Amino acid sequence: MRVDLVLQNWHLFASGVWMTLQLTAIALVIGFLIALPSGIARARGTPIVSPIVNGFVYVFRGTPLIVQTFLIYFGLGQFEWIRDSWAWTFLRDPWWCAVIAFSLNSAAYATEIIRGAVSNIPRGELEAASALGLSPRQVDLLVLIPSALRRALPQYGNEVVFMLHGSAVASVITLQDILGAGRTLNARHYLAYEGFVTAALLYMAITFAIVLVFRQLEDRYLRHLRLSR
Amino acid sequence: MEKLIEYSPLLARGALVTIALALIALALATLLGGLAAAARIAGGRLGQGVVLVYTSIVRGVPDLVMILLIYFGGQRLLNLSLAPFGLQASLSPFWAGVIAIGIIYGAYLAETFRGAYMTVPRGQIEAGQSLGLRGLALVWNVILPQLVRFALPGYGNVWQVLVKSTAVVSVIGLSDLVGLANDAGKTAREPFIFLSAVMLVYLAITWVSSNALGMLERRVALKGHHAR
Repeated sequence: MRVDLVLQNWHLFASGVWMTLQLTAIALVIGFLIALPSGIARARGTPIVSPIVNGFVYVFRGTPLIVQTFLIYFGLGQFEWIRDSWAWTFLRDPWWCAVIAFSLNSAAYATEIIRGAVSNIPRGELEAASALGLSPRQVDLLVLIPSALRRALPQYGNEVVFMLHGSAVASVITLQDILGAGRTLNARHYLAYEGFVTAALLYMAITFAIVLVFRQLEDRYLRHLRLSR
Repeated sequence: MEKLIEYSPLLARGALVTIALALIALALATLLGGLAAAARIAGGRLGQGVVLVYTSIVRGVPDLVMILLIYFGGQRLLNLSLAPFGLQASLSPFWAGVIAIGIIYGAYLAETFRGAYMTVPRGQIEAGQSLGLRGLALVWNVILPQLVRFALPGYGNVWQVLVKSTAVVSVIGLSDLVGLANDAGKTAREPFIFLSAVMLVYLAITWVSSNALGMLERRVALKGHHAR
């Protein structure tokens, strides 16, 4: 293993880590913003909205992330009206395509997580809130959403790791993320595995950091559920 | 659309490659998962330590990185280890994909199997032992038939995720459904149509497997008992 070459090219990996974290974080935030209303609508079975969300979730959870990314990056250019529109400035850029694909994918998975969390809130918790005189709107904002988000924490932690790992697909559409940096190192110095091993170690380190953070969050926000068991 | 029909035999062949890859990788994952679960249950300190390292690495590394590492690093390893004997062998994208996906999902199946083992009532195992069953005979006749029932839902979930994971093997040049459709779509200048067709095939695989798994679960369920 040529560790010297890896260390010599540390800046390649530093900018790769930045790119990976950036893509993952943006996708998670946008995905979450879409998933919160969608998940609640699914849990309540809101007419019209719920079946549409269900279709979206089914398609995005049932197909590979890499195909979704290809569909947006390579696929959309097929249509002349897209190439002629203002959106083409974004859609021909691999960074934007990755952000769009990853956000939609994360939205689908997070919707299911939030749907599950909302339907698992004990009825009594919500009834108690309205018995105290809170309006339906206040019940949603002050009780339902905070309670659902707490309950969603463990599974959402898995989704964050899943998105981090999924973001490696970005390197296939030319972006220089962690894996992209590894591939560049290998190509530049005719190496077989050094770049991949370095990438693997970096992904592992970030994964463990995420797991640790979520363990702390769960200790803090799910303590009341643990005590009652 | 006519182009898609023209290319459909090619895409069908790609779909077969995808399904073959997924099934063989599932067999390898089942083997590795079974061994890892056995090591965790009965392997002592050393066995548990090895399994912990195995599952931690797999959980920390993206599938795409694992596949590239095994394809390019594995070839180097083959060259180095066979050179002293004057032998040569090459690792094809297909088998690199099988090995990588088998290793990844073996780690997840290990958890599924161990969890299912924990739900087999202790009294069943003790009853078997008191009848003189030991070792593999006990596992085969008493533990496995009950374990299957509890492991099946988790096994089905791993399969659904595994199938989607095979798509990234196209990155190392495998002519699977995704690889072929992506190339053909560019040649035919209809990448959107071709990739949409790929999505439909994956949805179809998911749909067929979830129905088949549901049937299988009903078949292994005890008559008159509800699955716990």
